[in-house]
Amino acid sequence: MEQDLSKVTPLVYESRIGVPYNWWAGKTASRFFETIAHDKKLAATKCDKCGKVFVPPRKTCPECFVDTNSWVSLSGEGTVVTFTVVTRKLAALGKRNPPVIFALIRPDGADTAMLHILDNIAPEKVHTGLAVKPVFSENPKGHITDISHFEPV
Amino acid sequence: MAKKRVAVVGTGQTMHKSHRPDVNGQELIHEAVKTALADAELTINDIDAIVIGNMDHFEGINYVDCWSVDGSGGWMKPIIKLTTGGTTGSTLAIGGYHMVASGLFEKVLIIGWEKNSESDTTGAITTAFDPIWDRLVFAGAIAGLAAEGMAYMTEFGITDKDAARVSVRDRKHACNNPYAQLRQEVTLEEVLASPMLSDPIHLLDVCPRTDGACAVIMASEDVAQKICPTPAWVWGTANRHTYTYVGDLNLGEIDSMKYAAAELWKKTGITEPRKQIDVIELYQPYSFAGIIWIEAMGIIPRGKGAEYIWSGATDMGGELPINPSGGVIACNPIGATGLIRCAEACTQIMGKGGARQVPDVNLAVSTGFGGCFWTDILLYGKQKPDF
Ligand SMILES: [Zn+2]
Repeated sequence: MEQDLSKVTPLVYESRIGVPYNWWAGKTASRFFETIAHDKKLAATKCDKCGKVFVPPRKTCPECFVDTNSWVSLSGEGTVVTFTVVTRKLAALGKRNPPVIFALIRPDGADTAMLHILDNIAPEKVHTGLAVKPVFSENPKGHITDISHFEPV
Repeated sequence: MAKKRVAVVGTGQTMHKSHRPDVNGQELIHEAVKTALADAELTINDIDAIVIGNMDHFEGINYVDCWSVDGSGGWMKPIIKLTTGGTTGSTLAIGGYHMVASGLFEKVLIIGWEKNSESDTTGAITTAFDPIWDRLVFAGAIAGLAAEGMAYMTEFGITDKDAARVSVRDRKHACNNPYAQLRQEVTLEEVLASPMLSDPIHLLDVCPRTDGACAVIMASEDVAQKICPTPAWVWGTANRHTYTYVGDLNLGEIDSMKYAAAELWKKTGITEPRKQIDVIELYQPYSFAGIIWIEAMGIIPRGKGAEYIWSGATDMGGELPINPSGGVIACNPIGATGLIRCAEACTQIMGKGGARQVPDVNLAVSTGFGGCFWTDILLYGKQKPDF
């Protein structure tokens, strides 16, 4: 048998793994989505120890490591902390077509920011500190996309 | 059991490439292991335990510790798998250090590897983001890095030209490194003319996808100098995680690096990192990080990073060369990348760097970064630490 491997063509087995998942949001996050559906407001949790207000709401303050037992209601109006304009059809864009503006938005009254999409604004007009408001989707499904996008106030 | 001082006594890497269809994963791993054993003049029988890792999902193989024993030499040995996303390689180095420092194992073989060509990188990386809050409104690792670059640009008024200077540096350095995947110089104009992916990041500002493996052997102070006349002593390690959801990030300032570096300098008695450290292998997946993260590391005051880069201080021959290997922008087999930084930093201490050797290296640093903005950092010295 030929000892040399130089003439061997390396083969490839093309395959795919498809695994269905059910990600449970938990009751704390579920209240956020219920509040959008019923009141068109953002439900945030507040740490009674340090006073920080969290959006997305969390059950435990990561810094104090105590449960957050208080809830506050926010309009969702807030400011752009930072952003990027995706100008190429990156694989991660999925069904969206560039340009797509991703932004971290700090809702007024919150100490954290939330990741979302900015729309109804020309990409070159976006800047840090821009005042924005949420636009809620017509048919809430219990997903973060129940906020369709944010747009200038 | 007494805590032992630990040294790196051998390193090995594959010739990294975009695709390695000629070998499967175990065979790729074996190339790095053979090279590291030869470098340390050891055989697999000398190894007491193995720690191995790669990125989750990239190859779709779950039980890598077990599946890879043909290549790793792990047959009938204690073997543990560690995986922490982008920081996998640096976590492996820290984990191996803990195993030897504990006194439970004398000689540990550490392996990081990736066949990045075997799957959809974006699909795999998406699993690092929270399914409820982040995945439906995120555009992958590049957009996250771009948001960091944008935050810093807005605060300090630097431009994509300043960042391009970092890419020019690393791609030039890579030409000295026979292991690097991309060994081609680029000009500032070429970086700026390359397609904008996600504002402000151009194509030539970011790392490639790579197939490759790296192996590092650590040994306790009882045997290190018998194995290797000039081992690279591990002076200390630190790591920080600051993030649950993307919105938690303090983008533009990388808190995880700031706190990890501060802890490491304190533990090891470093008071002026810029003057005391001789070379850094920075896990820098895109050019802007070359400015922002050296500030967080305490090398240069905040807002002064670009000026420092333009001065040439971080080029070969400068005050503090960064990424003599060409770094991550030239080569990125993700699960190996952080361990390659470790191997390259130790190679500099051992004086085995060839064309990429920095003269008279006494202290070297390597780092690790994950797409969720966490940081690992390790400090190595030519002298055995007296602490
Ligand atoms: Zn608190």
